[in-house]
Parts: sequence; C-alpha cells; structure tokens
Amino acid sequence: MPDDIHEEQKSPEEGPQPPTGPADHGAAQAEERVPQAAAQSDAAAQPEEVAAPAVLRHVGPAGEEVRRVAPAERKRMNRRELLKLVPVLALGAFAVPKLREPLLNEGLHLSDWASGKIFGRARLAQTFRDGDVVPFEKFPYNFYDVADPGVNLERWTLTVEGLVKRPGEYKLSQIQALPKVTQNTRHVCVEGWDVIGNFGGTRASDFLRAIGADTSARFLEAECADGYYESIDMETMLHPQTLFCYEMYGKPLDRGHGAPLRLQMPTKIGYKQAKYLDTIRVTNVLQADKRGYWEDQGYSWYGGL
Amino acid sequence: MATTANVRKQNEAEVGAPVTIAYEHPWVVRFAHWVNAVAVLVLVGTGLQIFRAFPSFGPKIPQKNLLDVPRLITLGGWLGGALQWHFTFMWIFVGSGLMYVIYQIATGHWRQVLFTARDTTGVWPMARYYFFFGPKPVVDAAYNPLQKLAYTSTVFFGLLSTLTGLVLYKPDQFWWLAWLMGGFHYARIWHFLSMCGFLAFIPGHLIMVLLHGWNNFYSMVTGWKRDPEYVE
Repeated sequence: MPDDIHEEQKSPEEGPQPPTGPADHGAAQAEERVPQAAAQSDAAAQPEEVAAPAVLRHVGPAGEEVRRVAPAERKRMNRRELLKLVPVLALGAFAVPKLREPLLNEGLHLSDWASGKIFGRARLAQTFRDGDVVPFEKFPYNFYDVADPGVNLERWTLTVEGLVKRPGEYKLSQIQALPKVTQNTRHVCVEGWDVIGNFGGTRASDFLRAIGADTSARFLEAECADGYYESIDMETMLHPQTLFCYEMYGKPLDRGHGAPLRLQMPTKIGYKQAKYLDTIRVTNVLQADKRGYWEDQGYSWYGGL
Repeated sequence: MATTANVRKQNEAEVGAPVTIAYEHPWVVRFAHWVNAVAVLVLVGTGLQIFRAFPSFGPKIPQKNLLDVPRLITLGGWLGGALQWHFTFMWIFVGSGLMYVIYQIATGHWRQVLFTARDTTGVWPMARYYFFFGPKPVVDAAYNPLQKLAYTSTVFFGLLSTLTGLVLYKPDQFWWLAWLMGGFHYARIWHFLSMCGFLAFIPGHLIMVLLHGWNNFYSMVTGWKRDPEYVE
C-alpha cells in the first residue's frame, strides 16, 4: 500500500516520481536528513536569512512518523478520519426543535438525580455569626404573583393530609409548642443573588413526627395561600436545618415573607422555600404538573444546594 | 472509453507527486476538541443568559447592575431555559474535558503541551514575533511556549469553571470547596472570571487558526496535516 511508502527527500525539480520502494524510516536516516537539509540551504544562500533556521523533525506532535503518500491515498486517509468524527454531529440533535426539549429534560433529570445522590442527610449548611446577617430591610421580598395573598392570620390553620397518622387542621400555636430553632443561614436565589438571614421555627422533622407522618414516604407536597405550590424530597424534609419557619429576625413572619408559616431549607434553592403555607401532604406519588410552580415551567425539581 | 479513462486518471493520482503528511491530532483529541468547542459556546451563551437575571456581584438590595448583556449573545431564551442547557452541557463539557486530559496523561503527550516554568522565557519572543515586530524564534518542540501557555490555560480555566460551578450548584455539599473560594458569593465571581478566561482565549485561537491556513485547520478535522512546517 502506498500508505506505508516513505520516500527520500528530493529536490522539487525532480518532479513526480513513482515511489522508490518501501524505505526504512529508521531514526538513523532521519538524523541524516537534518544536516543534509541544512547544508542544502547553506549552498543555496537562501534570501530569507531573517528567519531562524527551521528545526526539522520527522515525527508529528502525536508521535507518529511523517509520511509521503500519493494524493489519492491522502484523500482516502482523510476520509477515513473524517468519518470517525461523525459522532460529534450527535450534538446537532440539540438543534432539532423536536428533540431539544426531551434532551434538555434528560439533562435536567440527570443533574437532579446526581444532586439527590450527593445530598448528605447530616451535612449541615454553613451557619453564620449574627454580624454576618444582613439587616432585615436588605432581605428581599420575593414573590411570584402577589406580595400579600391576604391570609386571615387569626383563623389560619395548616391542613395536614396524606400518609400521616393524625391528619387535620393544625393551629400555629400547636406548631410553636414544639422546640424552637433559630439559625443564621444563606438564602440563595436561582437568579444568582444570596443573602444571609436569621430564621426561627420548628424543625420540620419534629413536626412530621408529631403528626405521625410516614417518613419513609418520598415527598412532601405544599400548597400555598397565593396559589404557589411545591414538592420536596423527604430526605430534605428530615434534614436537621429544615424548618417550618414562623419567625425572621426574632419577629413573627411578616406578610411579605410568607406569614404565618413558610418552609425554610438552607439546603435548597430559594424557589423551593414555599411561603404562606396552607396545606401539606405526605405522599409517594407526585401529581403530574403539580411538582412545583417554577419546576413545572422547566426549573430543576431537586433544587438542592 | 469511460472506464479506461477513469483507470488512467486514478493511476495518475496514485503515482502523482507524493505529498508530505503528518498525523498531528489523534481521534480522541479531535473528538474532545470539537465537542468541547460546542459545549463552551453553549455554556458561555447560557451563562450570560443566567447572568442577565442578576447582572451584579454585589448585594440584592440595593442592586447595582454591572452590565447589560445583549440578548443577541445569549442562549436559552429565559433563566429556566438557560439553566436547562447549562445543567445539560456541564456534563458534556466535563466529559469531553476529562476525556482529553486522561488521554494526554495516558499517552504522555501532556509533556508536549503542558506549560512549565521553563517555557516562561519563550513566551515574550513568541508574542513579539506574532505581533510582527520580532524575528521568528527557534522552536525545537511540537508546540511553542505561547501555544503551550494558551492550551494549558484552557485546561486551567476548564478546571476552574468546573470547580467554581460545583460550588455554585452545590455550595452545601461541596462546603470545603466553597470555603476555599470564599463561599458561594465569591465562587460566582470566580466562575464568571473563568468564563472571561475562555473569552480571552477564543479570539486569539481563532485568529491563529485563520493565519495558519487551511492545512493547519484541517489537521484538527482529520488529524493529518499536509506539508507540515517542520518538515522540509
């Protein structure tokens, strides 16, 4: 095959010649070539003296020997290597509108799956000194629709449903009767900003135990007075820093921050922290299109930090 | 007759003036290069879309926007869409990056391309040559010091963007990495700067590709470079 034929150096005026046969391309021969070429350039007194003498090599950067082949053979070799690169075109699937959405959903699912796998049940989110907490006025009010759904705080109760031994309506005082936890933790918004705030409330795991929740169930669904809805994995609900939060900065939660009760999970991104809690449900099956307000529009469901 | 003519034509091509070719880029390197090129473009475009949601490194209140990223250079349409692309292509980016790095280590080719302390003195002469006011330095290696610096820096920026991205994505799970970077807030700045690194590399890289012509470019497609400059 011409593939393996190497030729001796020859001057251009010799013109095309049939290969002289399979030449041995040993290192010794290559060593010869360099001084030979240098001598040639000396004799010819090349006009490009400015340029530094070229360093000649006979091995490409990939460690393979330089070859001399017939043009047709080169074409064949190029075509063979070009075909090997065809798998790169698979990325073009992302440019096809019909395939794009399922592909990106798969990517998101993979990321959510991996996020769940690396979640440490006992790994605590960073907590901060009081001095690191932003002033209350600098903790943003974030809402998706209305700043205040007008919850009747006097008559409010939390509806508890699903896989629990004691479903029903729970008053805020019943929740507050459980041990109170306060923590300075970071609130991270999907938009990219973050604030360190002070939060107080009942450990979610304490309340779930109090209502006799099946903690081997997979999810907790939350419905909010403003129409917002969320669903959280049980592992995160049982995390020691996950709170049913009714206080910020030592004061009862105000209407802008989700009065009277909200979720506060330093191990989750901001949009998972449902405000104005109205109903919680322990379940093994998430309702289709009810995974979360933003999640149903394409945000990551897991949303873990 | 047609067939005879074809045969003759083919024979001429077979015995035509042989051309010198060098196998410069193995399949793994070319595959990783092109996949990574696409992934970097997608990650930069969607990253800028994500940045649009909060174009600042300061506090949320009061918010001071650093720059208004033009929609034209973003990808994903909206924050949620951009995040989907970002969270999908981060796997492709890391996958092709690891593929390249592992291959370079396994084959020992890293020695040709890794920028080391010995290359530092060669950077300036090479840069001077490229900017047209210096003699061409003698390069007795597969890659010149400036090339080594550029290619090594992409691996560095790739590593930096991956690690800072991990912190942004999971600051609680990778708390020790977050701690190294000064926390979530600073990781976001480092992540942005690693993107700037890629943005600095890409134009220089493209200009060099244009200057070095088709044979050089084509070697990153088929691996074979015609008339390599180091062979007479």
